[in-house]
Amino acid sequence: MNAKKVVMDADGIDRSLTRVAYELLERNKGVEDMVLVGIQTGGVFLAERLKKKISRIEGADVPMGVLDITLYRDDLRTSNRKPRLGKTDIPFSLDDKIVVLIDDVLFTGRTIRAAMDALIDFGRPKLIQLAVLIDRGHRELPIRADFVGKNLPSSLWEAVTVSLKEKSGRDEVIIEENP
Amino acid sequence: MRLLLRGARVVDPSQPIDEKIDILIENGKIVRMGKNIYKAKTQNGEESPSTLKTLDLRGKIVVPGLIDMHTHLREPGFEYKETIQTGCEAAAAGGFTAVACMPNTNPVNDNRSVTESIIRRARECNLCHVYPVAAISRRSEGAALAEFWDLKDAGAVAFSDDGKPVMNAALMRRAMEYACSLDMPVISHCEDLHLSAGGAMNEGFVSTELGLHGIPSMAEEVMAARDILIAEFTGTAIHIAHVSTAGTVRLIREAKVRGIRVTAETAPHYFTLTDEAVREFDVNAKVNPPLRGVEDVAAVREGLRDGTIDVIAGDHAPHAMTDKDVEFDEAAFGMVALETSLGLSLKLVSDGILTLDQLIRKMSTAPARILRIPGGTLKAGAVADVTVIDPAAVWTVDRDRFRSRGRNTPFHGWDMKGKSVMTIVGGKIRHHEP
Amino acid sequence: MRLTKKDLLGMKDLSIDEINLILDTAESFIEVSTREIKKVPTLRGKMIINLFMEPSTRTRTSFEIAGKRLSADTINISASTSSAVKGETLIDMARNLEAMNPDVIVIRHGASGAPHLLAKRIRQSVINAGDGAHEHPTQALLDMMTIKAKKGRIAGLKAAIVGDIAHSRVARSNIYGLTRMGAQVAVAGPATMLPRFIEQMGVTVHHRIEDAIRGADIIMMLRIQMEREHQNIFPSLREYAKYFGLNRKNIRLAKDDVLVMHPGPINRGIEIAPDIADGPASVILEQVTNGVAVRMALLYLLSGGKA
Repeated sequence: MNAKKVVMDADGIDRSLTRVAYELLERNKGVEDMVLVGIQTGGVFLAERLKKKISRIEGADVPMGVLDITLYRDDLRTSNRKPRLGKTDIPFSLDDKIVVLIDDVLFTGRTIRAAMDALIDFGRPKLIQLAVLIDRGHRELPIRADFVGKNLPSSLWEAVTVSLKEKSGRDEVIIEENP
Repeated sequence: MRLLLRGARVVDPSQPIDEKIDILIENGKIVRMGKNIYKAKTQNGEESPSTLKTLDLRGKIVVPGLIDMHTHLREPGFEYKETIQTGCEAAAAGGFTAVACMPNTNPVNDNRSVTESIIRRARECNLCHVYPVAAISRRSEGAALAEFWDLKDAGAVAFSDDGKPVMNAALMRRAMEYACSLDMPVISHCEDLHLSAGGAMNEGFVSTELGLHGIPSMAEEVMAARDILIAEFTGTAIHIAHVSTAGTVRLIREAKVRGIRVTAETAPHYFTLTDEAVREFDVNAKVNPPLRGVEDVAAVREGLRDGTIDVIAGDHAPHAMTDKDVEFDEAAFGMVALETSLGLSLKLVSDGILTLDQLIRKMSTAPARILRIPGGTLKAGAVADVTVIDPAAVWTVDRDRFRSRGRNTPFHGWDMKGKSVMTIVGGKIRHHEP
Repeated sequence: MRLTKKDLLGMKDLSIDEINLILDTAESFIEVSTREIKKVPTLRGKMIINLFMEPSTRTRTSFEIAGKRLSADTINISASTSSAVKGETLIDMARNLEAMNPDVIVIRHGASGAPHLLAKRIRQSVINAGDGAHEHPTQALLDMMTIKAKKGRIAGLKAAIVGDIAHSRVARSNIYGLTRMGAQVAVAGPATMLPRFIEQMGVTVHHRIEDAIRGADIIMMLRIQMEREHQNIFPSLREYAKYFGLNRKNIRLAKDDVLVMHPGPINRGIEIAPDIADGPASVILEQVTNGVAVRMALLYLLSGGKA
């Protein structure tokens, strides 16, 4: 019981991100009008890494913002647990931009719904794209990622955890049965 | 009907006596005290058990009926708070055979007709003796004297503007002089209204923290000092009501040493609680004078111990929920006392502050003497007002079971040891707990 | 860490962790107020009742804006007379409000302890927006937020609170909050304005403004209530302004980077000289801005699913 499996190690994560960076540039034909917005907290670290990779590949600096979606969540009314509020910092206009939303795990889709509501309060992007490291399925909303690091079929009683160096000191993706 | 109280420990400070002895009551009077009255009577064939009711009181304490010289029965005018009937039921249940009731009714008891109506109602209730205290000034407005002689004739036993203190020192002087010539006591509620204005609790650290306007201890003390000075100058007597501060205790102690005719009472809450009881804005702990600090409580207890404070009186002040269930500033002052007084006072005995004899003196013999009323003794020939105490009874205060209409007590849920189990008034059992 | 309390009644009840949580959360809300669309859907469908039993513009407006920025419905009920005078008791009023199913009740009341009475009787969260001379916790929190933003910390700072401490709920809440967070607090005013045993709250007591503000990092000037003149709390406004007002001269005794604060509304030229109120040391307007953020944070932290 409680089998813990590493499904991606540091090299795997890095290779996936590199591929996603290339795909981003390919799909959008460069970096023109592109901005990255990382969703607190995991998405922010991934956005920073993608920004660096894009800069290395393309030699261009893409603006990057940070979005905390807590205030847009749909479960505040039903849960007594109040998540700690994070910072939102989008120091540029989103009007007519290609906004690449970045998160670590795509699951039910509710976080992305909240993130899109928030983005629209900040301006009117030309296009919103979604990049995630892991897509584990089980969508509850009609939401699909444009760029996926790894598709990871999982069951509902499993937990998928993305650890990143910036926070926990090591890069890995773990799947385990819910304790 | 004859009543024999058998096997109890009898404590009567008026004789003084403290021993296991029987008491025979006949025609509402105490006939005699002695060892084995029962045996003697039946052996001589004088007595058959059918005409003599015998109460086996082994393990109990028999004392002269308790007297609470400071109560508010609220009738006439505030029957929604308490009536003479419910007040007397509470008194009997609390072990009191007599109560004196303050004149702050509506109308104020400042004339013969009010005094007479209170006495009449009390007779109809026929539960315990009720002695009206009449107002010092008309409508207790502090301006003109009430008709003292007429009030005395009607049955008033003392004069007081309790709750509406006499601010005018000249009026107080005249009241004390005039009352003295009638051999009537004046009871002073000591409070300087300018110093206490707007106050809701004791002025101290708790009031500072709670941001409530404080009543300084000095508001009581300057008036106690004034009344003592008047008593000294005029050679009259004064009884200081509900002493709550260390300063007042000291003033009375010094006055007594100087031979001034001053007596004093305090209430159980002043030797039991401090202003910390107000912490959670508990309106049931809002009284006037207010609950004071730790040093004051210690001084009041010392005053009781050394005899400076002659009397324990409850200042029973029943209120309806509507008077209390409001913002602290708006809430009425006062707490009920009749049904918790003895329990709280017995704690003084278990704490070693008073002997049982001294306690009964303060709750029976002394108030009878100060008010010049019958009672306070079990001597042969005295009216048969008797309280039976079970010193071992352990009980919990439950305000929902009070006979009083008032539920305003901060002692709800308190554990007590010792309670009155029987109250005999004029030879009749008015309250009996199995 | 989360706020597990049902109500916010006073600073006295808040732990260091709770204060930090509220201040950190409030900081996140500052950003919301700078957006073009200053509104987030967080409390959509929630109802907040502002029950103001004492006149107030600033605090009421601040709570109203805070609620609206979180998409809650805010309803203002003002009553200029005390409930007892009106014939309806506070309890009755509270029960009526409770029946309308609000989520949070914000109460300002002239009687100390009124919010506590309310909180004991109703299910909903109660936020104390000032009760008598007792507490005004949201004011203290916004003051502390302002201090933290400007100084980076609260611990170790020297704060002076000057004015009618005895009648000030702002003073009490700040004394609790600042001392708990490790600041040193000095209070000053004529003896008639300093309540007995105030030193037991952990402050030093001074009868001259100069003694309190010497070396201070923060000076909080309290609003002088004109009507107290008639209660002989002080002889005249003229004398008060002259001996207890903060001015260009005595402010030099404080640190060079001193912050001057005031809960408002200001009596210009009485407790504070106009050039000081508008001067570089003054953070009075930041206090107002932060007030909205702090109240958003509290509404956010306290309103939520039923337990």
